[in-house]
Amino acid sequence: MLLSNLEYIPGYRIAQHLGLVSGNTIRAKHVGRDIMAGLKTIVGGEIKGYTELLSEARTQAIERMMAAAQQLGANAIVNIRLSTSAVMAGAAELFAYGTAVVVEPDPAAPPPPPGAQE
Amino acid sequence: MATADPQETVSVLVDIVLPIVLPLVLVVLGFAAGRLAERRHLRSLAEREAAPGPAATNLRRLPDGARVVASALCIGNVVIASDYFKTFGASLKTLVGGRLRTLETLLDRGRREAALRLREDAARLGADLVMNVRFETSIIRSNAAEVTAYGTAVKLAGGCDG
Repeated sequence: MLLSNLEYIPGYRIAQHLGLVSGNTIRAKHVGRDIMAGLKTIVGGEIKGYTELLSEARTQAIERMMAAAQQLGANAIVNIRLSTSAVMAGAAELFAYGTAVVVEPDPAAPPPPPGAQE
Repeated sequence: MATADPQETVSVLVDIVLPIVLPLVLVVLGFAAGRLAERRHLRSLAEREAAPGPAATNLRRLPDGARVVASALCIGNVVIASDYFKTFGASLKTLVGGRLRTLETLLDRGRREAALRLREDAARLGADLVMNVRFETSIIRSNAAEVTAYGTAVKLAGGCDG
């Protein structure tokens, strides 16, 4: 599946719009990580455990959005937006949304070589 | 009294050490450790930003005549925590209002780091540029924020000049 946060997929043209798709996940941090993070707010710097946790969670939200698009028969999602919000103390929601579309290679542009896409 | 009365020791601990000495120690620790971490981070940012890699842009249209080989969504994120000194200083500053310089540098570092990670993600795909870069900031817990940068990495036939 092709993903982009542009209104189009570079090198392709949109043949059909299939509507909005989204995916979300809510993750809580476990106590051990939270204590470590508490210590980090004393000395400052990156909280690596949280960076990884949120990155994994965001990937899952995007995968859920992709599954929704697949069900509609899409082969790409355009204009993707990501959003994060703290829904309660110690938990965050990761949300991804976009427009599911069917794209085909743009005849005006050369077709991409096979295997070049994710 | 020469020998310490245990009850008195406890009351000294509760009355003086907890409310006065502990925050003072944390402020000093935060100042020293936070400054060190910030300097090291700024140095690392400057080095990595100078290295060649795909340019991050918030353009939404391809350069004229560009021929696309491949594209993909790329993301970079970082959770960055304030230190106790910055937090304490900022809470004092909110009494009088004005610019919170220490927190400005914190978020600036977070954004630069997220943008760098986005570019590094794009570089792994062999991209020439990243289009439509967006930044998003959210408060993950008190005194820590996540900065996310995302955009569409594009690989062009013949590179950026092609």
